Formats: sequence, structure tokens, C-alpha cells
Amino acid sequence: MEAIFYIAAIVAVLATVLTVTRLNPVHALLYLTVSLLAVAVVFYTLGAPFMAALEVVIYAGAIMVLFVFVVMLLNLGRHTVDLERSWLSPGAFVGPAILAAILVGEVSYLLARSGTLTPPVAEVGPHQVALALYGPYLLGVELASFLLLGALVGAYHVGSRRAQGRTTVGSRSDRTGLASGGDLVRTGADRPSGAA
Amino acid sequence: MFALGLIGLLVRRNLLFILMAIEVMLNAAGLAFVSAGARWGQADGQVMFLFILTVAAAEVAVGLALLLRLYHRFHSLDVDAASEMRG
Repeated sequence: MEAIFYIAAIVAVLATVLTVTRLNPVHALLYLTVSLLAVAVVFYTLGAPFMAALEVVIYAGAIMVLFVFVVMLLNLGRHTVDLERSWLSPGAFVGPAILAAILVGEVSYLLARSGTLTPPVAEVGPHQVALALYGPYLLGVELASFLLLGALVGAYHVGSRRAQGRTTVGSRSDRTGLASGGDLVRTGADRPSGAA
Repeated sequence: MFALGLIGLLVRRNLLFILMAIEVMLNAAGLAFVSAGARWGQADGQVMFLFILTVAAAEVAVGLALLLRLYHRFHSLDVDAASEMRG
């Protein structure tokens, strides 16, 4: 069990290093997903299975889907197909696939040996978490629901078309020179001249 | 992992990578909470991780909406492009 913890931790750190150092957003997203899954395995070995499930479902599921959606939404152009073909080349999958295969091996080992392995720390199950969450932390739950509501309204307002049309009127001179070749990974060299 | 996220936040100038680095930092904070809760056998660490999860979800929704606005405005994800706010 401790060996599984250390292997998962090494995979998480490695995937995070590769996430930060990739130049390509899609490659970085692949490594970030692997990193989150590795952290989920770490949570399981730390005796928090409910948190591991939440990590997989919310972080590696919902938040990563948002990121991928925005990446695919951003570059709508003629060279998008070539760009995606270069991004999703088979070589890009090798690194994340190796790291994910290590995690799959660990999880299958855990499933095969379930019941015989004792966690090194006492397991804190969902029952105790729920009792603590709706007991002394009830105010925090309410505040979290307020936060989610505020984020929902804020994201809707910021992303809505109407507000967009109102504020981009003044910047038309900026946009005409930049209309060709808006690219996701543009560096600071060719930023708009008025922005310096 | 928190240090890695912080380095990523400081080094990169692409807004998408900055958001990913913030995710890494929040995740590292949650990992610290859960491991501390496991060390002392308390449920409080996992409760705090739930709150961090909520904060991360709210942050990424608003952050990605701002990213879309920035891209439509400047056709670039360079955060230096948005530094034209004058006093």
C-alpha cells in the first residue's frame, strides 16, 4: 500500500512538471488530467475514497471538459484542422499513456487485492465527512452555495454576447490589424502595438 | 506540487497555462488538507477539500469566461496584451 502511494505520488509530480513545461495546450491538458488521476489514487491510499471519487468526477471530469471545450472553441480558423492534426499526433499520447498505464496497473492491483491490504492510516469514510460537513461546517456549505451561484451569474454575464458587443466597439482599430491568424499560442513578440 | 504550480504561474504568459497552474496549486492545497486529515484521522481535512473543490470549480468557470472575452478582444491569450489599463 505504501509502495502504491509513492508510485502514484511520483507519477503526479512527473505529470505536473510535464504540464507546466509543455508548450502545447492540448499536451499540457493531457498531462494535467493524468496528474489529477494520480492525485485521486493518492487520496485513495490516504484513506479518503470519497474524495478520490470526487477528484475523478469533478476535477478530471468536469473541469478538464471545460478546459478542452475552451481550447477547441478558441481557434476557429482555416488552419485549425492542420493544427489539431499536429496536436493530436500519436507521439503526443505516448507520455500520458505510459503514466496512465502505471495508474491503471496500481488500481487493478488494488482491486485484485481488495480486502487483504490494510491502509497505513485509518480510513475516514464518507459517513464521518457528511456528519462533519452538515454539523459544524453548515455555514461553510451555505457560503459555498453562494459562491457557486455568484460564479454562475458572473460567468454568464462575462461570457454573454450582449456585454461583448458593448465593450468591443471602442477597440475596432485594434482588431482589424489582428483579424488574420489569431493563434492560441501567440507569444509576446507580436502582441498588439497599442498594448505596450 | 504547490511550488510547481507557482512556478508555472510565474513563468508562463499564456492565460490558459496560468489557469492550469492555478488548478495545480488548488489541487496541491487540497492534497495537503486531505493528507493532514488522514494523519490525524479527522474528517475536517476532507471537508476543507470539498470547499477547495467548490472554489476551483467557480474559479475555472469565471476564469475561462474571462479568457474567452480576452481572446475576442485581443485575438491573443498573452496576458501582457491586456496591460493597457491606464489609471
